[in-house]
Amino acid sequence: MDARGSYSYGRGLRQTIDWWLVFCYLALVVIGWISIYASIHSSEPSSIFDLGSRSGKQFLWMLVVFAVDVVILFAVNPKLWEVLTPPAYLVVLVLLVLVIFLSRDVKGSHSWFELGPVKFQPAEVSKITTSLMLALIMGRQGFRLTTPRGFTQVALAIGLPMLAILGESETGSALVYLGYIFVLYREGLSGWWLFALAMCILLFILTLTAGWWVSAAVLVATCALCCLLLLRRRWKTSAAYRRRVVRWALAGVAAGAMLIFATGFIFNNVLQDHQRSRIEVLLGLKEDPSGVGYNVRQSMIAIGSGGLTGKGFLNGTQTTFGFVPEQSTDFIFCTIGEEHGFIGCFVVIFLYVMMIWRIMQDADKSREAFTRIYGNCLAACLFMHLFINIGMTIGLMPVIGIPLPMLSYGGSSLLAFSVLIFIFLALNRQENKYF
Amino acid sequence: MEINRKNKLLIGLAAFALLLLGKLFYIQIINDEYKKDASNNSMVYADIYPPRGVIYDRNGEILVGNSVCYDILVTPRDVSEFDTLELARALDTTASFIRDRMAYYREYRSRIGYRTVTLLKQVSPEIYMQFAEKQYLFPGFRSQARSIRDYPFNAGGNLLGYITEVNADDIENHPGEYEAGDYIGRTGLESSMEEELRGEKGYHIMLRDSRNRVQSAYLDGREDKAAVPGKNIVSTIDAHLQQYGQQLMAGKVGSVVAIEPSTGEILAMVSSPGIDVDVLADIGSHYDSLSRDPRKPMFNRTVMASYPPGSVFKLVNGLIGLQEGVLEPSDKYPCNNGYYYTRTRKLGCHAHSSPLDFESAIATSCNGYFCYVLRDILENDRYASTAEALDAWREYVLSFGFGEKLGSGIPAELGGNIPTSGYYDKLYGKGRWRFQTIVSLSIGQGEIGATPLQIANLAAIMANRGYWYVPHLVKDSEGVSIDPAYKERHYTLVDTSYFATAVEGMYKAVNGGGSAGGTAFAAAVPGLDVCGKTGTAQNPHGEDNSVFICFAPKDNPKIAVAAYVENAGFGATWALPVASLMLEKYLTGDICPQRRYLEQRMLETRFF
Repeated sequence: MDARGSYSYGRGLRQTIDWWLVFCYLALVVIGWISIYASIHSSEPSSIFDLGSRSGKQFLWMLVVFAVDVVILFAVNPKLWEVLTPPAYLVVLVLLVLVIFLSRDVKGSHSWFELGPVKFQPAEVSKITTSLMLALIMGRQGFRLTTPRGFTQVALAIGLPMLAILGESETGSALVYLGYIFVLYREGLSGWWLFALAMCILLFILTLTAGWWVSAAVLVATCALCCLLLLRRRWKTSAAYRRRVVRWALAGVAAGAMLIFATGFIFNNVLQDHQRSRIEVLLGLKEDPSGVGYNVRQSMIAIGSGGLTGKGFLNGTQTTFGFVPEQSTDFIFCTIGEEHGFIGCFVVIFLYVMMIWRIMQDADKSREAFTRIYGNCLAACLFMHLFINIGMTIGLMPVIGIPLPMLSYGGSSLLAFSVLIFIFLALNRQENKYF
Repeated sequence: MEINRKNKLLIGLAAFALLLLGKLFYIQIINDEYKKDASNNSMVYADIYPPRGVIYDRNGEILVGNSVCYDILVTPRDVSEFDTLELARALDTTASFIRDRMAYYREYRSRIGYRTVTLLKQVSPEIYMQFAEKQYLFPGFRSQARSIRDYPFNAGGNLLGYITEVNADDIENHPGEYEAGDYIGRTGLESSMEEELRGEKGYHIMLRDSRNRVQSAYLDGREDKAAVPGKNIVSTIDAHLQQYGQQLMAGKVGSVVAIEPSTGEILAMVSSPGIDVDVLADIGSHYDSLSRDPRKPMFNRTVMASYPPGSVFKLVNGLIGLQEGVLEPSDKYPCNNGYYYTRTRKLGCHAHSSPLDFESAIATSCNGYFCYVLRDILENDRYASTAEALDAWREYVLSFGFGEKLGSGIPAELGGNIPTSGYYDKLYGKGRWRFQTIVSLSIGQGEIGATPLQIANLAAIMANRGYWYVPHLVKDSEGVSIDPAYKERHYTLVDTSYFATAVEGMYKAVNGGGSAGGTAFAAAVPGLDVCGKTGTAQNPHGEDNSVFICFAPKDNPKIAVAAYVENAGFGATWALPVASLMLEKYLTGDICPQRRYLEQRMLETRFF
């Protein structure tokens, strides 16, 4: 396809498309497809194209998705996305709520629309529309995150779909939305928010593992330290500043204390049983090798047994014999870990990091606020999925059922991430053509 | 690089990526634990059980062999609907049994999971064939061959012993040698020869999936290890003699032990009542009833019971007297129905001519004579006191294999008891006892305890004229060599030259004719120069115990036998026929017509 055929001016394909990004994307999709084949491989081998198997179905999806990618990249005017954003966002939001009432119970969650053979999960699409919506809101001329109005708009744009998804009992997918905080930070949110979020997680874990008094001690020490550093740095400034610092520090202590004392309640009464036990297993509070711990244990055994170079393609004993549950979907990383070892894991993680890195660089270079913000949203989504999913398979994170982008089996997930990425590529290309 | 927010985020990204890689590096490269778990997880080591060694008798008859039986296994998860009645018929069991088991599996299905459990143990090959024909009707059911012990001869239940599955203690006491489900010799030869018999397990390595379904052989079996069969052992037992002894002892409580004097090999070792070999193979289902039996069939009396030896011990006392120089074979002592060891107290004796010399005293088993002998031993001027003399006497007795374990290697062997001066000091006070206090030692009564094996060893010593080998049950054979200690001659402290007269007395006891007062004339077998000594041991718990030792032929003896029958009265009545019949059977292969009545009486008389 010749770009010059359809566009009579501007730069060519080589310059306008981030081929490194496309390369990472394609590499990951193909690795995913092969890994799906490896993870369902049994002693009676079937072809990777066998349409009765998951690898065959994934191949069909890949063809569809590639077609969609090409369409997004070349046939759709990127301006359309901006125009479509508000209605799309609203429609998806409505679907997110409707699905709670209209869907079948699948392992306790209500997130899938089923129309005959076609299954559709609005939460996947919601990542796209929310990212677009954030880009639209924050990209507006004169938008300031620090104003109450701006802050409220952004909080609602993120919070509404997140709440709806929580309502579907898809806690894992909802957690991904926390990643938008990095985008907000990039767009001017105070670093203290990131700090506060990290502190919350730390205090929660400390309270559960070491006890409330350790947690309280850490809280007080941290606040005191922050206070001291801030005051020392700007000792000569006004008394009002000093008062403000002390007030905030005290507020921090108070909020932290509330969190510490609420931890037990949140843990025991707000979280669902399976979530609680997943966290207990992760923190080593409970041994449960056959129940909740089973997945993680098997997954770590599979990955750990891969060693440096792995057991070789299709030679995994753990993954091909079904010890790891959710093998081709959420735990696809085990197959890579077992069959290709540390080197394979390194390559995959490197591809992801390079992809996210390129997206962030491209976004930052962009002169359009919309493209910049959208790109960072994309990067944040990918990062959250990457870290939560791989972290889960190696026991760094609790078991949270979200897919590994491009690698996990599942058409709608692949499609959603591809659309997410190719909208960015299209936006980026649009810009590169003229500047 | 400029420190702006974008770069901070990029640094954060790199940091999180490094965190993931660090953890991966740890579990994939540094920590070995996960690799070990993986091989446990996916490789099934299917044990290959070695056949246990065969136990032969001294003539090559198989005492303990192996035969195949089958366990019927079921994987409840794989079972689909089937005809309960049909399966019950194929397995020769009841439909309700099958239904109960299936209900049980259903109840515990979560615990059983994908595992395979045993439905029936040790079914016969016939039932297995029935089942195998119809197996296709019962998905989820299968069979597994197992080797079990098989006993062609009903001989030697107690001495062979049995095997059982190992228990937690066995696994702990032999680290690395046993796993749950393995068998271990529990008693008898199975236990004492465990190391030789058990062989070495091998394994097939199979790959399995998470549902425990075996998928394929690992590396086509290249890493498999073949089982090493257990070594066969040759026992010193004569299966036919052993069986004959058991028949003779049927219905009586006691022991018979036969030894080849020239080697110390045990030819037969009967403990009655004993365990039938039929129950050995399936000891588990008989164990309770056996252990509740008041006559203790599992108790191997030949080595685990310690009795006063009675009059056969007079031989020992006499020989010690000769060695000590306090007795000459020609010395005569008077005996008129007993020996007055105080003015009023008499150790009684039966009617016989008097006075008697040493030979005749043995032949007639005169109590009085041996009271004089022991008196002279204990009141010997060579020793400062009776106590010192007693300890010297004890040294002699110990040299006959009494008072300490012989070291036969038979499990749970007892040492018996020969009293020391210290023992009497404690009992009566130092210096407050003398010969008269312990006069019953003269005739093998009192504080003396000896096992039937030790008494049989005495018979062997008499046959050998003064030496013995440790009685043992295993012969040298290909691959198994016995402890050289079994080939070592042990001499008694009595000079071999003194034995001739004692043996002469034993000969007279049997062949002297009734008129000469011989107590054992019923043991005479035409053509065999049998030598014997009767004994009647007082038993505080009831009727006297009946004892007899004998050997034959007189010159170059081939067999020495001791029989000990509990609560059976005079030695001549019960122990003698048993011992002498065994001796005759062993030497001639038959019982001569004159003695058939004796055999008949022994086979027919049962005390219980």
